[in-house]
Amino acid sequence: MTIEVNGRKIDWIENESVTKLLKRMKYTFPLVVVKINNEIVLRSDFKIKVIPDNSNIDVIHMISGG
Amino acid sequence: MKYNNFNEIRNILFNSSVGIAGLGGLGSNAAVSLARAGIGRLVLIDFDIIEEENLSRQYYFLDQIGKSKVEAIEENIKRINPEIELELHKLELKKGSMSELFSNVDVIIEALDDAKIKTEFIEEILLTLPNKSIVSASGVTGYGNSDRLETKKLGKLYLCYDAKALSSEDDMLYAPRVCLIANWEANLAIEILLDESQ
Repeated sequence: MTIEVNGRKIDWIENESVTKLLKRMKYTFPLVVVKINNEIVLRSDFKIKVIPDNSNIDVIHMISGG
Repeated sequence: MKYNNFNEIRNILFNSSVGIAGLGGLGSNAAVSLARAGIGRLVLIDFDIIEEENLSRQYYFLDQIGKSKVEAIEENIKRINPEIELELHKLELKKGSMSELFSNVDVIIEALDDAKIKTEFIEEILLTLPNKSIVSASGVTGYGNSDRLETKKLGKLYLCYDAKALSSEDDMLYAPRVCLIANWEANLAIEILLDESQ
């Protein structure tokens, strides 16, 4: 009953959305790319996409500049 | 490195194509590096014109101020390597049609400025061109801290990334760090092209 977020193992919580997970992780950057088990999650789906148990999650924050 | 023969590498690169979204600090420097490396075809997209302050880090010259970036980069690349085929588009990438011009390149480089557009671009490419490798960068502003940069590989997304970079719209852009990351992106593109041609 764990998930791995950016290489860090944490408890899995039933029915937790991407938005709630980002809040739990205290990720405050406004612009992030999220992949769950290597599948991209659209930002418009963050509130409805539920984190599955045992999943591997990558959260990357994008910063302006280029 | 799986290739020992310089001619073999040169042929692969000359028969390869790279698309670059944005021709600012990242894109102009990456494009010139890839041209010098002998990539056969570059698809280059930018809507902007050159302003004086761009010269602090972008691959343009004083006498090119006021020209469009696509027109100026064409001049500069032709002066280095006239053999390269250039496909130039002076336009602004809009959500919903961002991937269209990149469907026939081997590797895509994200070299955009604004974080929101960067995020939208990555999302759209990963969704609409799922088999295409995309190289992106985050954390370009400021100076120093070269050692914090790393390549993050997430499936087909390769990110030149500084996880500790702070998000501030006021941060300055300095040539050494911008060019470092631009060339990091170009270097990754070459690595991907050679790996994928195996």
